[in-house]
Amino acid sequence: MKDPAERGLRESATFDRATIAAIQHAARTGVYDIRGWGAKRAVPHFDDLLVLGASMSRYPLEGYRERCDTDVVLGDRHATRPLHLDIPVTIAGMSFGALSAQAKEALGRGASEVGTSTTTGDGGMTDEERGESKTLVYQLLPSRYGMDPDHLRAADAIEIVLGQGAKPGGGGMLLGQKISDRVAEMRTLPPGIDQRSACRHPDWTGPDDLTIKIGELREITDWEKPIYVKVGATRTYYDVKLAVAAGADVVVVDGMQGGTAATQEVFIEHVGIPILAAIPQAAQALRELGVHRKVQLIVSGGIRTGADVAKAMALGADAVAIGTAALIALGDNDPKYAEEYEALGSGAGYYDDFQDGRDPAGITTQDPELAARLDPVEAGHRLANYLRVLTMEAQTLARACGKAHVRHLEPEDLVALTVESAAMARVPLAGTSWIPGAGR
Amino acid sequence: MGALSRAEAQERAPQPVTIDLAEVGVRALNAELHAPTATSYEVLHPHGAHSIAAGVHDEIDVGVRGHAGYFCAGMNQRGRVVVDGSAGNGVAENMMSGSVRVRGDASQAAGATGRGGLLVVEGRASMRCGISMKGIDIVVGGDIGAMGAFMAQAGRLVVCGDAGDALGDSIYEARLYVRGRTGTLGADCVEKPVRDEHLAELRELLTAAGLDHDPAEFRRFGSARGLYHFTGDHGSY
Ligand SMILES: Cc1cc2nc3c(=O)[nH]c(=O)nc-3n(C[C@H](O)[C@H](O)[C@H](O)COP(=O)(O)O)c2cc1C
Repeated sequence: MKDPAERGLRESATFDRATIAAIQHAARTGVYDIRGWGAKRAVPHFDDLLVLGASMSRYPLEGYRERCDTDVVLGDRHATRPLHLDIPVTIAGMSFGALSAQAKEALGRGASEVGTSTTTGDGGMTDEERGESKTLVYQLLPSRYGMDPDHLRAADAIEIVLGQGAKPGGGGMLLGQKISDRVAEMRTLPPGIDQRSACRHPDWTGPDDLTIKIGELREITDWEKPIYVKVGATRTYYDVKLAVAAGADVVVVDGMQGGTAATQEVFIEHVGIPILAAIPQAAQALRELGVHRKVQLIVSGGIRTGADVAKAMALGADAVAIGTAALIALGDNDPKYAEEYEALGSGAGYYDDFQDGRDPAGITTQDPELAARLDPVEAGHRLANYLRVLTMEAQTLARACGKAHVRHLEPEDLVALTVESAAMARVPLAGTSWIPGAGR
Repeated sequence: MGALSRAEAQERAPQPVTIDLAEVGVRALNAELHAPTATSYEVLHPHGAHSIAAGVHDEIDVGVRGHAGYFCAGMNQRGRVVVDGSAGNGVAENMMSGSVRVRGDASQAAGATGRGGLLVVEGRASMRCGISMKGIDIVVGGDIGAMGAFMAQAGRLVVCGDAGDALGDSIYEARLYVRGRTGTLGADCVEKPVRDEHLAELRELLTAAGLDHDPAEFRRFGSARGLYHFTGDHGSY
């Protein structure tokens, strides 16, 4: 058939083909769509910012030669053993259950190779990931699946998860296909059921309780471990202030584009704010409390390139976290599985059915045969390569701005391409001194 | 394994080491309990301090002589903790093993997410008792508040008094026993027949808790397992 556009047919902007397919699916099945990945719609993002390299008024550093450091210390506010990472790009929490044991191991290997941290997820700590991760952050989530004080003590830091950018206000889901015997046992659930994890913590409510909860975790781990608080980006200014008041050493803010293993499509696309809008709010909250750079800020949600890393840091982050991009580096959506993706009704580059457990790349699955396709050593190397590229790209931009450390990038180094991104990121529209909304 | 009675505990450790929270802080207390130099401790003047005996991981006895604040005996492993008073929010949360006995009342989220061991509350327990429990046994001498055993996954909750509204909402495989009245039952929680094996486990739990109610006086509640698979039918997934 000839291309419909060539035949003069016009697709509706309101009812585009994906929308039509979604209505047809709902009408056919009576169930809503649950999927993985993050928001697919376009929202203001780092691409809408540009970096002002040095020229007459600024002095650049020589690319590849002059020193431009990338290390970051996380959690030195209260913990006696803060983390020292070589690069400011960390691996975000992704659960065993959502991911195969091989994928978890590969994440640990890749992160360790370049001196950064990886994170457990909603399903507890596996021996594979602890064994292969030099620096491992252990999540304390509302579900508390597999929560174990021995693991708290074995971790290098603790992350209290209040929410995720993909679904602020929502709990996790793991569909029956992925509840293997091992996953079921770790979570104390019957195998094969469709499981939803809680959206609220069971034993505390509100910021005053959180202060006491953080105190308990510090007591249990003898005040050694940094304690992070992770929130999905919504009312970020207030959330960050409350997290700091509750005693967090590190605040993690995950924007609406952030990936997920399984969430309702309506949640992924319609709840939360873009990371671009959240970082300035978080940085403002930290500055007003006098703790910017003392309580570190990690941001995530759609980080893909070293440019994204540099821009996030210029806006005030101390480090970033990656989920989706790390999975792609491991081998997710690899064109070599194109036919298999198509057989599943998707395509290489489109595959987002992480909830389904049939991932041809062996990453978002608990099927032993599929999971065995992923070689943790090779996949770990690919991730390490990718992390190196992100770091070198960020350094390239930092040097161009004359910075001897990527953390020295500042909002002053950025301008915006659109009015929206100028307002959200609070940097001037390129070629003007106009920051919409500033001064209010 | 039951909590020791006071007489038994004293016999086992005739001279407990005394730590007075009027003199040292909770940090000093827990540092000692995490690397114990004795097998038995007595904590004086707790005055509602938080996180007392949180993170104990040895087989030691800890007697708290007064009221404890939040998260007393949190994540306990192997320890035997007795609170001679009431306990605040989240007593014995995420307990792995050992035992915790509260002689007074317990506030919200008693035994939350506990994975093992025995929690006995001699008085009453507030809302969310046994929330998200994952294998712990909880015996409450009196009533429990609303939302007891919310999303409870495994383990047993015995309530010798009444249970508040929304009992067992979204419950998985935990077993609930209530001697008194129940309010509304939460989503997917139903009354189930009491068979011999249930009478036997009740007897065992009551004995371990040191209570002498007749197991035949209890009703049993558990999951209808109607929410185990997401479908459009019940509109709640
Ligand atoms: C497969 C998958 C599983 C995830 N599991 C968890 C989890 O268990 N806990 C959590 O806090 N976040 C989880 N997340 C979210 C990530 O931690 C992170 O916030 C997000 O992926 C960052 O956005 P990005 O994917 O655009 O990099 C998951 C994300 C993915 C893609």
